[in-house]
Amino acid sequence: MIARLRRRVEAEPAKWINRTVALGIVVFLVLAPTLNAVSDFNLSQVGIRALWTGIAAASVVFLASYAGMVSLAQVAIYGIAGFTYADLVVKLGVSQWPAILAGIATAVLLGFGIGFLASRTTGIYFLVLTLAIGVITFLFYLQVEQFSGQTGLHLDRAPALVGGDTITHPRRLYYAALLVSALVYLAIRYLGRTPFGLALQGVRDEPVRMGSLGFGVVLLRTVAFGVGALIASLAGILSVFFNLQISPSSIDVNQTIIVLSVAVVGGLAHLEGAWIGALLYAVLAEYTQPWAAHLPGFLQKSLGSERYPTWLGLVFLVVVIASPGGLMGLWHGGTARLERRLLRRRAYEGAVTPTGSLSGRRPG
Amino acid sequence: MRAAVARLGLRRRIGTGVLSLAVLLLGLGWVAYKAFGDGFGVEGGVPDWMRVTLAGLTLAGLYFVIASGFTLIFGLMRIVNMAHGSLYLLGAYLAFEFQKHHVIGWLPAVIVSSIGVGLVGLAMYQVFLRWNEGQELRQALITIAISFIFADQMLAYFGGAQHYVEPPSAINGNVDFGIFCTSGGIFGGTCLTFPWFRLVVLAIAIGVALALALLIRRTKFGIMVRAGVDDRAIASASGVNVGVINATSFFLGSALAGLGGSLAGAFLVIAPGEDADFLLKALVVVIIGGMGSLGGAAIGALALGLLETWAPQYLPGSQSNYSILLTFVLLVVVLAVRPFGLFGRPE
Repeated sequence: MIARLRRRVEAEPAKWINRTVALGIVVFLVLAPTLNAVSDFNLSQVGIRALWTGIAAASVVFLASYAGMVSLAQVAIYGIAGFTYADLVVKLGVSQWPAILAGIATAVLLGFGIGFLASRTTGIYFLVLTLAIGVITFLFYLQVEQFSGQTGLHLDRAPALVGGDTITHPRRLYYAALLVSALVYLAIRYLGRTPFGLALQGVRDEPVRMGSLGFGVVLLRTVAFGVGALIASLAGILSVFFNLQISPSSIDVNQTIIVLSVAVVGGLAHLEGAWIGALLYAVLAEYTQPWAAHLPGFLQKSLGSERYPTWLGLVFLVVVIASPGGLMGLWHGGTARLERRLLRRRAYEGAVTPTGSLSGRRPG
Repeated sequence: MRAAVARLGLRRRIGTGVLSLAVLLLGLGWVAYKAFGDGFGVEGGVPDWMRVTLAGLTLAGLYFVIASGFTLIFGLMRIVNMAHGSLYLLGAYLAFEFQKHHVIGWLPAVIVSSIGVGLVGLAMYQVFLRWNEGQELRQALITIAISFIFADQMLAYFGGAQHYVEPPSAINGNVDFGIFCTSGGIFGGTCLTFPWFRLVVLAIAIGVALALALLIRRTKFGIMVRAGVDDRAIASASGVNVGVINATSFFLGSALAGLGGSLAGAFLVIAPGEDADFLLKALVVVIIGGMGSLGGAAIGALALGLLETWAPQYLPGSQSNYSILLTFVLLVVVLAVRPFGLFGRPE
């Protein structure tokens, strides 16, 4: 049996490297809090933040990789979910779970509406239109006092299921965010193989041809946007659990760009990249300040400890310029190269016969 | 085949078109009722309407200056410059700094800031956007990253406080139209007035529009730009130096953003976050008008400027803070009929 496994590994080394690394990461993520490998502070500020930002970025990646739509409205949609939830709890005294469901439902409904409007455009027009919708949503919550106003909304506590006061007791929320992340990941992977997912990928590549075949192109795009809105709204609810507050600045253009850059830095073509990018973002957000304090004095003003957005932007810029596939693109490129090298070496070793007839020639 | 598809969609298109037109007419009718419903005298709504409409027109002028730069760059190079708002804010800060230190007067400050911003935009184009021509999404992402860095750097160097630019004293007062005068009262009667400076901004915007139209339609440069818009490869093969045309247009488009910023400093606030706000204005204007069309930008700017000043004035009192939603309604109404804007073309 070991020999069979070994043959399979040797046939596709890259796939097995990926599987081993993924298994290792999942085991670490599950066990980290119980083994006290990570302090509660890091668990919360890096772990939970990376997980919910990753879910938001995953909705961007889902739309980009399966439907070819790069959306900048995902932050607005998670804001709608978060604000509706917080509004219902704080202003109307609705109990937690009905408010959460109402928040998600509102975001998904409005998501369908936005999706219907935006789905008739494609490419760069879609990007521009969704950005406009995102900024309008931000300004709406900024200006309309009945829903939020500048100061935003503060919650006393999250539901008991995720630990109530999540700021001092982050562990349950960490596991909840991890569970939701896993479910979102698996659901998207599953969705990609359903007839809906396949039709969607057809629309992404050949919209005119799919239309001629009788598929409703706009309908498929709209439904995809609704699914993206559902994913984003989960991130929105988790973000309110995490911060115990939500204000217009939670959904401003900076946040929109952060979520987009998380998705792009992770890799728009790779779903798991959303969480990798989010982890990098959370680490940068938390540790730029102490690191940058060591920079020489003349750099402090432009790159010093207060300037973490600049660092974030620089990372984003470098990744977009150097590796459009993002970090996951680099990783997969690297493992694919490794695989080619391994297979080539094996083919070479196999090809060299004792007579030495092929010596001196490199195959491939 | 495209014609058949178009015919199939036509009936629904007419339906949404009628609905959109109805929404538009309803809005205009409401404004007209509020403005002219009480007669045309001093007591009626007409003086207020004129003041608000003039304010809307000046705002529209400012929006046009900014959006025309955006649409010029997009029309020629298919680059969506998401850093356009940052260039606007940079222009405003530069004009403010020049004036604060009394280095130069107001008009030279405006000119120098515009050229400076144009050069910054040109450098951005040469370093980050020239070598990846045609990769629209990548270019948009690069400019988004740059706008993010710009916003933070401007916060570092210009601070978080709100600033204003003092207009020159010659055009700082109010212009008195001498009509709709009220007699009596404790102030001894006033007439319809309006800030001089905003009229100057309107005049500059009209001047920019005319100059751009002349430049595009009447000069050799304009011919080459139009040739580049229609078919870059053929234009290049016919001896047009597309590289120089692109660089010049990027300079011009960025300088227009800077001009908008340096003008806006005197009647709008300069503060962090305004970059995103004005990127939104530029986007809405060109989404309505159609990306790449200067005429579309003029109409879009007019629609947005008037909407933004009419809405707070004429929405029923308690609802006036919902006026931002009307911007969204405007987008929906236009896009329902023309998904690529009034004068836009699909890819």
